[in-house]
Amino acid sequence: MIAYITRRMLYAIPILLGVNLLTFVLFFVVNSTDDMARLHLGVKRVNPEAVEVWKQEHGYDKPLLINAKAEGLEVVTDTILFTKSLGLFVFDFGRSDNGRDIGYDIRQRMWPSLAIAVPTLLVGLLVNLTFGLLIAFFRHTYIDLWGVIFCVALMSVSGLFYIVGGQYLIGKLLAVVPISGYDTGVNALKFLVLPVIIGVISGIGAGTRWYRTIFLEEIGRDFVRTARAKGLTERLVLFRHVLANGMIPIITGVVVVLPTLFMGSLITESFFGIPGLGSYTLDAINSQDFAIVRSMVFLGAVLYIVGLVLTDIAYTIADPRIRLN
Amino acid sequence: MPVVFITDGLLFGLVFMVLAYAIYASRHPHLRLPWKKVARSRMGMATLIILLAYVFIGLLDSLHFRPQLNSGSGSHPIVYSNEVLSVLDIVLQPMREHQEKTYSEPFALHLYSKETVESSAGVQQRIYPRLEFGGRHLSDPSQRSDDIISIMLIAASKALFAWLLIVLMVLSLLAIKHETPLLGLISKVVRGTSEIPWRIILLTLSVVILIGKVSYDLGLSYHVLGTDKVGQDVFYQSFKSVRTGLVIGTLTTLITLPIAITLGLMAGYFRGWVDDVIQYVYTTLNSIPGVLLIASAVLLLQVYMDVHADDFDTLEERADLRMLFLCLILGVTSWTGLCRLLRGETLKLRESDYVQAATAFGVANSRILSRHILPNVMHMVLITIVLEFSGLVLAEAVLSYVGIGVDPTTNSWGNMINSARLEMAREPIVWWSLMAAFIFMFTLVLAANLFSDTVRDAFDPRVQAER
Amino acid sequence: MSVANDVLLSVEHLTVEIGSGSRRVRPIDDVSFSIRKGEIFSLLGESGCGKSMTALSIMRLLPAGGRVVSGRILLDGQDLLQLSETGMRSVRGGKIGMIFQEPMTSLNPVMTVGAQIAESLQVHDPDSSSAIDARVVELLDAVGIPDPSARAGEYPHQLSGGMKQRVMIAMALAGKPELLIADEPTTALDVTIQAQVLELLQQLQRDTGMAILFITHDLGVVSQLADDIAVMYAGELVEVASRDTFFENNKHPYSAKLMRALPSMEKRGFQLEIIPGVVPSAGTEFSGCRFADRCHRVIDLCRQTEPFWTELAGAHGVRCHFADPNLSLPAHEQQDAVPEILHEHSVVADLGETLVDLDSVNVYFPIQRGVLRRVVGHVKAVDGVSLKIPKGRTLALVGESGCGKTTLGKGLLQLIRPTAGSVTFEGDDLGALKGEALRERRKDFQIIFQDPYSSMNPRMQVGAIIEEGMKAQNIGDKASRAQRVLELLGQVGLPEDCLDRYPHEFSGGQRQRICIARALAVNPKLIVCDEPTSALDVSVQAQILNLLAELQQSLGLTYLFITHNISVVSYLAHEVAVMYLGRIVERGTVEEVLVNPQHPYTQALLSAVPSVDSDSGRDIIRLEGDLPSPSNPPSGCHFHQRCPHRMDRCETDYPDEASLSDTHVARCFLL
Repeated sequence: MIAYITRRMLYAIPILLGVNLLTFVLFFVVNSTDDMARLHLGVKRVNPEAVEVWKQEHGYDKPLLINAKAEGLEVVTDTILFTKSLGLFVFDFGRSDNGRDIGYDIRQRMWPSLAIAVPTLLVGLLVNLTFGLLIAFFRHTYIDLWGVIFCVALMSVSGLFYIVGGQYLIGKLLAVVPISGYDTGVNALKFLVLPVIIGVISGIGAGTRWYRTIFLEEIGRDFVRTARAKGLTERLVLFRHVLANGMIPIITGVVVVLPTLFMGSLITESFFGIPGLGSYTLDAINSQDFAIVRSMVFLGAVLYIVGLVLTDIAYTIADPRIRLN
Repeated sequence: MPVVFITDGLLFGLVFMVLAYAIYASRHPHLRLPWKKVARSRMGMATLIILLAYVFIGLLDSLHFRPQLNSGSGSHPIVYSNEVLSVLDIVLQPMREHQEKTYSEPFALHLYSKETVESSAGVQQRIYPRLEFGGRHLSDPSQRSDDIISIMLIAASKALFAWLLIVLMVLSLLAIKHETPLLGLISKVVRGTSEIPWRIILLTLSVVILIGKVSYDLGLSYHVLGTDKVGQDVFYQSFKSVRTGLVIGTLTTLITLPIAITLGLMAGYFRGWVDDVIQYVYTTLNSIPGVLLIASAVLLLQVYMDVHADDFDTLEERADLRMLFLCLILGVTSWTGLCRLLRGETLKLRESDYVQAATAFGVANSRILSRHILPNVMHMVLITIVLEFSGLVLAEAVLSYVGIGVDPTTNSWGNMINSARLEMAREPIVWWSLMAAFIFMFTLVLAANLFSDTVRDAFDPRVQAER
Repeated sequence: MSVANDVLLSVEHLTVEIGSGSRRVRPIDDVSFSIRKGEIFSLLGESGCGKSMTALSIMRLLPAGGRVVSGRILLDGQDLLQLSETGMRSVRGGKIGMIFQEPMTSLNPVMTVGAQIAESLQVHDPDSSSAIDARVVELLDAVGIPDPSARAGEYPHQLSGGMKQRVMIAMALAGKPELLIADEPTTALDVTIQAQVLELLQQLQRDTGMAILFITHDLGVVSQLADDIAVMYAGELVEVASRDTFFENNKHPYSAKLMRALPSMEKRGFQLEIIPGVVPSAGTEFSGCRFADRCHRVIDLCRQTEPFWTELAGAHGVRCHFADPNLSLPAHEQQDAVPEILHEHSVVADLGETLVDLDSVNVYFPIQRGVLRRVVGHVKAVDGVSLKIPKGRTLALVGESGCGKTTLGKGLLQLIRPTAGSVTFEGDDLGALKGEALRERRKDFQIIFQDPYSSMNPRMQVGAIIEEGMKAQNIGDKASRAQRVLELLGQVGLPEDCLDRYPHEFSGGQRQRICIARALAVNPKLIVCDEPTSALDVSVQAQILNLLAELQQSLGLTYLFITHNISVVSYLAHEVAVMYLGRIVERGTVEEVLVNPQHPYTQALLSAVPSVDSDSGRDIIRLEGDLPSPSNPPSGCHFHQRCPHRMDRCETDYPDEASLSDTHVARCFLL
């Protein structure tokens, strides 16, 4: 198990290197370092000297990928790519291009993101499981048929409409909770209710349908027939045998997204004005802040890989048949 | 002067591919049987009719040309407009040209906001002025509902008549083909006992024709779905957005299909270092948050186009390139799923007895891949294409909202939502743009989802288990 | 049928339908039988005859869409079909227990076996709630599971197939059933394990006095186990009789044919009697007797009128016009035609020149562990095998699943490259051939697979499938290839219109014929037959065996016949090699090995085969435990842990080959 995790972590290194290189290349195909300096300095203060000073201050005064003038190892190390990447691998994100401490920002902003993502995930899981089991219980009836069609209909609505519609209905028409904004501590609660509800509702269609498929697949298995042949009630068969086996793909499906919850949701956060990592990223894209974008990409990639490893571990816990080696 | 955008070419190329596939499938029972199953499904056929209606609109909108500005007689060379129009624009010309000043509600006769108007008496008044085009023919606003009803009734009866003609034609053709008496066939269809569910097909068709005709006739004299901020007809915008949705939904998968299939099969069949490299590539791509990848790529294009602005003859051409590029980059982020799926299936198939038998005959690798493995994974490819379609249509809206979708000048549901959102805070709310985008998207995506369910059920070997 | 008061279960005129509208089929049609208390009642038939469906109807566990249309199922006089669902639940797992064919999938993989048995106890044995764990252990002990208290905490995947079936039996016993329904309980198991499970069932039946409804297709098992036998065909019962009556004086042509289609030593050199065609599918409409199309004594009456159920003396019933005393038809005793002699089989085999020579072939698969994926060991699937296959003869490679026989076959064909050792084919070392040279050589050796359903590309037409090998080997031009394909179809007994049809349109037996035609297309000298008949019904198996024997006669083919079925070996093979855990433990001519086996494993294997002909008093040498893992084989003689004759030496040394005759060798210290 430990050997397995170690191996997966080692495998993550080339992937992270690749991710970093790719973002780097993509970004600097668009921008030269001079462009960046001009953008950040603003129109008024642009002159060649100021650009050079800005580049030096922010560490962009080196060649991009290969330093032809340097010697030995420095050909590679004395470059923007190397100096800017080194910190990432020890999770030192450095300063953003407008001088803010990215690490500090991330630590501050991950909490609002989590405050929305975690309840959405948990409540959504519970709701979808309930509906999924319910539909599976009524399989081969009209409840099943129309339940599925209803799910497909829910899936066919763009997420944007859920947000717009929810804001209008609950926030504006009924005026139960504020439409957008955020606060600290307990006061945050009233701002969280709406995004969480909308998040859950928008996930019902796809989630319920997926769980139904899983449950129906399990219901068709031989051991379920064995359980019935034992004389168990339908309720016991569903909860003890079908649910227990169906939970394996469900749990692993949930675990894989767990780490990425940190990243927040771009759309939800920007619609509701939540100061989380999602809106942070969106702002960085719009202001072309390379340091932040690169940090977020890197963080996202790390979390994705952690998610993969966690999934494998979750498998071994949920399914006694699977051992890692 | 006809203009062919790249996406036009690809779209029509796709239509030809679908036709070629249909001919191929009709000659191969392993493909014909599942499609027959689709053809027998009521849900499948009803949704197919709706999808075809969308495709029809999309294709009309893909026949582009630049209208002639002068007759080009004598010494004057023919001058073409800088504006590129499509056949759909001509069909919907009245709606395209009926541009108001700003917002107006559906079927409104007046603008949505007050304006200061100088009356004939020279008195300045703050009033809701009459629209320039919407309901212009009405002298008295109170006639509006009667007028609408009468237009609807006339249009509906015309539509019904056209539909009856089509029904008669279809049934006669069927009767000739199957050499059965027409009456017997009609009673079969009416009772819903025909093998292919003609009843539901024809009923769906009637709904499509009815709605199409009625809303078109209404659209000639009213703004059925209102107008937007600059006074453009929302109904027209919604129609123009159909093409965007279709292009994104289909071309994205089409462009990436070759990559996903080639790499997936190679990784699964050759294993070893080939597999390692391909797996590394898609894990790396997968681990970058998709939106960020798309954002950087779209920004890249933006800069490129700003620098090379002279290379494009028209604005539309530029917007088209951006759309194609969006398809490409969406494809880059989405091919990994199919690739991984195909890799797994190939790993399984290469151990299957019939591949082993082919190896035992000394059949070459390339031939094993093309003759034995590819045909046996094609159902997965097909299922992926239809399943991804609706997801991509929805994704377009979200990306356009974030500002990294199609060009802001391109008509798209995402852009419609985006511009309408800014007016959310207005009191009373401007709801019709949102509603229009919602209805058009929802119908398309729902039809596509239900259709893909039917296709998947027909092609999924697990469902077919009862052989 | 006579209804005595000791009847436990009585099925009366049971008819079951599945589906609706035009897709409605009737898998069970008017089936009646009764089971006495404490008897073993066997329901016999080929696949698709409705046996399992009958069992599921009794349990009222029919699959979705299935329903009982008419009939009664009386258990102790109470009609199960009239019970409420709650009432039925107490019958399931209570008065009636059931075990299934696939022990691998019939247990819940995420629950410990103890918990799964306890579940049944909680429902049916409320008194035991205080001591439920003790009862679980008791039950596991009763079905012969060693160390039951530890095993109760294990998950199904930690148990072998035989153990899982024992757990299933323990679960069924939890409710102290009066009737145990066993649906092909040993079909998925190896013969030595099958022998263990059958013995267990018999012993339990004696100890508890329960009745067993035993569903099977295997005549051998039936003859060993059953008190009464009912034969099912195409949804109907065609014959019910006591065991002795059935085997000595059966009246239905189908019963008789089934028995004569079984391959055996006595039938060597003769054509096996075949039942032409296949079992009709459940959707077929019948006008007369359902067996008419395949019956050798069919008369016009059979096709026109459905035969009635005829009661004969001694609780013997038949559904056949010939047994009906009211119709004076030609006597049934009339002897059937003497089977055609296929070839003169020499008793002392003249083995002739060698075609293939395997010399200490190893096929190892590496096991990788740890951070750097170091190779920490090998699965020794084939471990130092040396064999000679003489030209024009059949060498049978016999062994239980997991012994490496298929890997050896693929190693020979270079589909898996052997890790060490040499394969010499007509003097050429195949291991040294690479790329194009090997590709060209491949036309000399071909393979026929076990599963005719998966061995053909479902997307290719039969013509293209057969032609593929010729194309790959550049044999002939297009026209001559097409000619050859037609020829081949004729050779394997298929009509020419098969050419542009697809594999799914054919039955299992027909598919296997196509596979044979495909292999023959490149004129091979050797064909590796990997269990070519084990997925087929007995009647179809005979057709394929006949075909293989004929082809060998006419084309001088050499076969390496991989199988676990001893009766097929005794019918077809010239030489036998017995394989255990990657090694050959005994080989010799068929007569030497099968009549006079010397290795304890061969002896046990042969004794475990249930056979129709053998006396009921034969001794089964019961092997303990299961086949060990080839990744970690026992030291010394691989067989020593299970061997009844083990000595100290066996644990440390591997015995050398002991030569018993020119052709007979075995590896055992006893020799």
